[in-house]
Amino acid sequence: MRRTFFRGVGLPYLLLAPQLLVTAVFFFWPAGQAVYQSFLREDAFGLSSEFVGLENFIDVLSDRDWRGAAARTAFFSISVAALALSAALFLAVQADKHIRGAGAYRTLLIWPYAVAPAIAAVLWLFMVHPSIGLFGRALNAMGVPWDYKLNGDQAMLVVILASAWKQVSYNFIFFLAGLQGIPRPVLEAAAIDGAGPVRRFWTVVFPLLSPTAFFLLVVNLVYACFDTFGVIHALTQGGPGKSTETLIYRVYTDGVTNLNLGSSAAQSVILMILVIGLTVVQFRFVERKVHY
Amino acid sequence: MATLPAEVLARRSARRRRREAIVTHVCLIIGVLIFAFPIYLAVIGSTHSASTIGRGDVPLLPGPDAVANYAQAWGTGGGRFMGVPAGGMLINSLVMATLIAAGKIAISLTSAYAIAFFRFPLRMVFFWLIFITLMLPVEVRIIPTFQVMVSLGMTNSMQGLVVPLIASATATLLFRQFFLTIPDEYVEAAKIDGAGPLRFFVDILLPLSRTNIAALFVILFIYGWNQYLWPLLIVNDRSLETIVVGLTKMIGSGDSQNEWNVIMATAMLAMLPPVGVVLLMQRWFVKGLTETEK
Repeated sequence: MRRTFFRGVGLPYLLLAPQLLVTAVFFFWPAGQAVYQSFLREDAFGLSSEFVGLENFIDVLSDRDWRGAAARTAFFSISVAALALSAALFLAVQADKHIRGAGAYRTLLIWPYAVAPAIAAVLWLFMVHPSIGLFGRALNAMGVPWDYKLNGDQAMLVVILASAWKQVSYNFIFFLAGLQGIPRPVLEAAAIDGAGPVRRFWTVVFPLLSPTAFFLLVVNLVYACFDTFGVIHALTQGGPGKSTETLIYRVYTDGVTNLNLGSSAAQSVILMILVIGLTVVQFRFVERKVHY
Repeated sequence: MATLPAEVLARRSARRRRREAIVTHVCLIIGVLIFAFPIYLAVIGSTHSASTIGRGDVPLLPGPDAVANYAQAWGTGGGRFMGVPAGGMLINSLVMATLIAAGKIAISLTSAYAIAFFRFPLRMVFFWLIFITLMLPVEVRIIPTFQVMVSLGMTNSMQGLVVPLIASATATLLFRQFFLTIPDEYVEAAKIDGAGPLRFFVDILLPLSRTNIAALFVILFIYGWNQYLWPLLIVNDRSLETIVVGLTKMIGSGDSQNEWNVIMATAMLAMLPPVGVVLLMQRWFVKGLTETEK
């Protein structure tokens, strides 16, 4: 703990001012605005608005379409997280071994981090497009009726794959750092006690990695809920029908296209509560529960 | 059970180790290919003519039209209705990403300095105010933030793209964490030598923070470059279009008659700067990533 400080009261406030100003204007004002608007309803002409209590929330939560989007978001997020985490863990375990060219493999697995979600979507679109994509055409040629623009399940599959593809390298970096932090003597002791590689992984390595894994699980869920907007917007625009419309996509369409501000604000508030919940869970559990 | 000679055992375990190494290599090569293949296909797509791709004869080897495609992407753009040259969009993205990264670092350095090296009323309140913005990602508050931008008249401008994104709880936390490891003796020595707080900040703290700043810059540059929803909403003036948003606008509804060759060339141009930054600054990048997120 620091004992020596600089004197002065004006200067620290001045140093903090830019950060606080941006935070106040672009974080707290809009967040407060969202909460405020979520209790109001505008008339059809946008001329006046009245206080409606929790009505917007009740409307949103009982809306069949919104519930559909919520269920879809849950399925989508869990799929993306499961896929991206398991692939990354597998690759990290391989890349952590003492083999020739380990450094080169690491580099080649790290770079997709820099690819924007929307660009990942464009790359995948070019592969799975039913008439110009390599795989899309191949599937159709094999007699599989493939068109992600018409078939909702296929559309979901493509956005999951593209989103997970982009996230693997992030998880890989953290898993690899976690693996490298495991003390060698622990592994050697297990090996001397006769534990094979698979046993060693599940009884020694995996428990030691669990804080990393849990942290990554939360990060991946947040990524899948929000950052994948670009993937969905570029690939399917939420379609066909509503089959790839996630909650954040719905906020966007309700707020921008349908201009239903009260409802959009209520949805934003629900999403804020979701993120706050996830963040709190992350900070509480990373500290305590998940440990060895 | 008969005991085997040591030699046989040694040979066996050497063979097993080699077999394991081969399996490891195969797994990693498959992994690398899964990540490289979409890019490879995009490179191939950017070297053929639009009609070759539109016909659906997806080639697997480079074609002859690379120069023409990249020249068109850079200078005039693609898309049947409105082409925006990639050159201009790249500059917009570069300016936006650099300003976001530099802005985040600058205001986080000063606020972390204030919190770590001064005692003043409401210090912890301010710290928590910055901290809880972690829980408000831009996507969640997108529509109300957009309304704020409209009331401030900041839409359709570079300031509008940059300023709202430069608050950074993670950068502030990282710098604060690092500042707390700087021994009190440094501060005492500075005081004895008669250096004021600003002098200490510029001459001692900034040089000590060099590696942290570099690591953070890489992460934040990529964060800025890859912004999507925010520029999509804030900018409709096409001269301010960023490359990532401009690219997806070229696709429209994904028609097979699109100029896919130019689209793929633009995609390559859009990926090159951030991927290049990661590859060239890999060490800093990994450091920045694993330290900011913890």
